[in-house]
Amino acid sequence: MKNLNWVIVPFLLLAMQSGAKAQPAKAASVADAQAVQWASSCMTCHGTDGKVQGVGVQIDTTSAAGIQARLLSFKAGSLPSTIMGQLMKGYSEDEIKRIALQLAQSK
Amino acid sequence: MSLSRRTLLQASLGAALTAAPYITYAQGSQHIVIIGGGMAGATAAKYLKRFNPQLKVTLIEPNSALVMGALSNRVIHGSLTMSSISQNYDALVSKHQIKLINAYATEIDPEKRVVRMGKESIVYDRLIVAPGLDFNYEGIPGLTTPQAQALVPHAWTAGPQTAQLRSMLKEMRQGGVMAIHIPKAPYRCPPGPYERACLVADYLKNFNPKGKVIVYDSNPSIQAKKELFEAAWKSEFAGIVEYVPNAEIERVDAATGMLELQLHGKQKVDVLNVIPPQRAGSIAQRTGLANVANRWCGVDFLTYESTQIKNIHVLGDSIASAPGMPKSGHMANQEAKVCAAAIAALSLGQPVQVNPIMTNTCYSFFSASKSAHVAAVFRYDATKKVMAPTAGAGGLSAAPTVAEGVYAMSWATNIMYDTLG
Repeated sequence: MKNLNWVIVPFLLLAMQSGAKAQPAKAASVADAQAVQWASSCMTCHGTDGKVQGVGVQIDTTSAAGIQARLLSFKAGSLPSTIMGQLMKGYSEDEIKRIALQLAQSK
Repeated sequence: MSLSRRTLLQASLGAALTAAPYITYAQGSQHIVIIGGGMAGATAAKYLKRFNPQLKVTLIEPNSALVMGALSNRVIHGSLTMSSISQNYDALVSKHQIKLINAYATEIDPEKRVVRMGKESIVYDRLIVAPGLDFNYEGIPGLTTPQAQALVPHAWTAGPQTAQLRSMLKEMRQGGVMAIHIPKAPYRCPPGPYERACLVADYLKNFNPKGKVIVYDSNPSIQAKKELFEAAWKSEFAGIVEYVPNAEIERVDAATGMLELQLHGKQKVDVLNVIPPQRAGSIAQRTGLANVANRWCGVDFLTYESTQIKNIHVLGDSIASAPGMPKSGHMANQEAKVCAAAIAALSLGQPVQVNPIMTNTCYSFFSASKSAHVAAVFRYDATKKVMAPTAGAGGLSAAPTVAEGVYAMSWATNIMYDTLG
């Protein structure tokens, strides 16, 4: 544990190199930071960035409109589910739209 | 980073580049130190780097792997192994550039912003304290010594005690009795003790058919998934599970397995599992962060910053949860993301988001294959300044099913991936 404190020179160089680029944070710099947090909630069950592991349910991230329609169907109860209907009842239609836009940006 | 170093860094950048944005950038590269690599701390580490890759993130964790509490009752049951519920920190280090220090944090100096690990120390800009729980045996005469505690595992932190309780159950004589004692709420994982009773009963049914499990509950009733547990104990586990509410402990004789209760007399059992009352992890207590009932850590639910000490955030089971918010791994994972987003925003000079929404999904197994869930949505109540359950959302399974058993294992796989992968 010799290098617990970072050495200042490489730290400074790294900062200068990266500082020359545009916006630093991928997620924190997007416009709807609140929806970033909301969408991060989904990843607990559906995998970070929507990349589900094992037998879990894969979010189809090809279109925001598609995700939105599916989530609204869960909310309405027209799409049967064990959990998603119960959860979507806790979100407004606008919140669902903004979450869908975020999930569609997952890479 | 010490104040002098930061000042120096800003001065250097200012001189070299003469532009205000670079000062902001220097703030963006703050050093965040996290004590504890459980569900809360590990998720925070990973998501801090995702929300602001310029942050330096250091995780201090004494164990080489995270052992998942959520599936640990199935190890006691015999249907999962310790290794199948354990995952190391390799991906956090290699994939997410987290600096991992394999050590036990012994002291925090909030004035100097230093965490000590024995003789070693590290300086932080912000600190996240996620130490899990401390078990409080002070109110249980007979269980105050380490020798007595070693004979009566709580198995309420997944690890060696989980394996110990599994062995004790497996070696119990035919027709023997196991007792599970539950402390008063709040405690970690509200449905967990009742799930444990079901899985022990399922094991007994198959391998020790005259055996029995008695649940002594300090609370007046079952704390979660009540209808489902009651139904299971009346049907498939009838005659195997006995439930005794309002059963606070008077004293314990660890050597003979004698449990003495305040209102229900004495009961000698073959396997004794006492889950003691809980409080914030000891380092949180020692640092003065446990400012709620001298037991839990009060936090600002928008940032998880301590209400006691600036620049220290508290996550996971140590926090004073808002009413209705369980102490669970899923909640810890969700809280950690809100905290990480807030710290990232602060480091970048951006506003902290004021409308966090989070979910809880909690599965309980009733056998190796069947599971049932409870789900909830929580959102910030700006008037009360707490996270509150959203009316009309959430709910309980109608009954345990094999399909939900599969979903429960999928949940476990994915929360571990989201936390450590």
